[in-house]
Amino acid sequence: MEPPLSRRRFLQQSALAAAALVGTSRAEEVELPFANGARRLVAFPGKRPLLVLTHRPPQLETPFAVFNEGLLTPNDAFFVRYHLSGIPTEIDPATFRLEVSGLVKTPLSLSLAELRQMEPVEVTAVNQCSGNSRGYFNPRVNGGQLGHGAMGNARWKGVRLKDVLAKAGPAEGARQVVCNGLDAPVVPATPDFVKALEIDHALDGEILLAYEMNGEELPWLNGYPLRLVVPGYFGTYWIKHLSQLSVVGETYAGFWMASGYRIPATPGGCAEPGAAPGKTLPISQFKIRSFLTSLSEGAQVASGRDTLLRGIAFDSGAGLTEVQVSTDGGRHWEAAALGQDLGKYSFREWTLPWKPGAPGPAQIKCRAFNRIGETQPLEPLWNPQGYQRNAVEAVNLQIS
Amino acid sequence: MKRFLFPAASLALLGVALAQPAPAPAASPTLRRLALPPETGTYRPGPGAALANALCLNCHSVEYCQSQPPLPEKYWDATVKKMKEKFGATLPPEAIAPLTQYLVEAYGKKP
Ligand code: HEC
Repeated sequence: MEPPLSRRRFLQQSALAAAALVGTSRAEEVELPFANGARRLVAFPGKRPLLVLTHRPPQLETPFAVFNEGLLTPNDAFFVRYHLSGIPTEIDPATFRLEVSGLVKTPLSLSLAELRQMEPVEVTAVNQCSGNSRGYFNPRVNGGQLGHGAMGNARWKGVRLKDVLAKAGPAEGARQVVCNGLDAPVVPATPDFVKALEIDHALDGEILLAYEMNGEELPWLNGYPLRLVVPGYFGTYWIKHLSQLSVVGETYAGFWMASGYRIPATPGGCAEPGAAPGKTLPISQFKIRSFLTSLSEGAQVASGRDTLLRGIAFDSGAGLTEVQVSTDGGRHWEAAALGQDLGKYSFREWTLPWKPGAPGPAQIKCRAFNRIGETQPLEPLWNPQGYQRNAVEAVNLQIS
Repeated sequence: MKRFLFPAASLALLGVALAQPAPAPAASPTLRRLALPPETGTYRPGPGAALANALCLNCHSVEYCQSQPPLPEKYWDATVKKMKEKFGATLPPEAIAPLTQYLVEAYGKKP
């Protein structure tokens, strides 16, 4: 009898994990389509085999095919991004505390049990790394060389940051909330990974302190036991293993706000390659994106056979209005049907029936539009850090 | 919270002796632990590889270098200096030029 899927997958995973442990070349490898794009597939704790960008700290990318399996990205396939290798390797949920301090009337030290007693809230939201798709930049730029797999969509459950802050009572002059997690640098000279949210944003009710992801506790590598969920904002703000919130009266000037994660202060956040760096701003919200997921680069399709093109789209929460698809490399565009709406911060499915024409090459492109008139550029925009790519992507097929 | 996770390999290279661990206090029944798969890679062989293995494996695995696109000397020089100035890598001044040369040879774009 066939073992059930989960068991089969477990066996596959164990085999891969075993291969990784003994360091043999049996671990599978995939090749991302840019120079030095070879990535091993390794199963980390709580994860199926994912593309390894770096082992230490763990940086894992979701295989793109996963995005065609459903709108919610499974926990064991969700991407992982750490900056510093001092990631927590021991956590006691019974003694874990979230400290709330700084410009507040009542400093707090909250246990997980106390957080779970507060009103629970759920949101389906995309998390995406600022540098998702960096490997496609041309000219290439420094940083984590990611394909399109440093994104994912999950149903997050937790408490509102606003409710936690209300318990503490922000004092007069509160300007930002500084957020820190249990991960730490290897040597004290490396700046700790700490991020800051504007107080108005922190109090707008959208941000969660999540303890559950897709109905399960957070995977360790996605921030167990508590993480920030900042819908519509790049992953850099979604602090994992969240342990400290500090309300401050100035603009926080730590490295990862003042030097890292900044984009050119130009329309579109773009710059000319090679131009002298000008004024910059902290990166903030996602730019609108869409992808074809049902067919991958180089796939074969049959001439004259009914084929359903399918993909995903998302924006920063302004509200998607349309996805257009071209099957002739961008000459003609047709509106796709939008699927179930899981909320404004979620992936949205799109579909378009297509009958491939005469045998030969074909190129599929898609582009999304939203309620505030945003869409995707046909030609990629460039910036020196390789952030927030949202160009129309092309997938080349062969009709036979 | 600070944690120190030197890989055994780089400790050995740096000639640091591992101290006997102190007897552990009775573990809490709710304590959870994470066991990560070990990394296996070191810097590609070549003149200067020993220097890179000693000075560039402390904070992260070698894949950070190996996955960068082939970039010229200017890039590797800036990267080595960034590790020192921004991230606090302990790099003796006389190690900077040979490290840069090695990285261009092993991972960069040759002129
Ligand atoms: C004191 C710690 C430390 C040491 C030692 C160190 N690095 Fe790094 N390095 C970092 C941190 C932190 C990052 C990643 C930052 C991030 O995730 O954005 C990094 C990232 C990188 C990257 C990725 C690109 C980038 O700029 O983010 C490269 C390449 C790199 N290091 C090369 C080196 C080389 C070569 C050496 C030896 C000369 C070295 N590192 C030594 C801390 C260190």
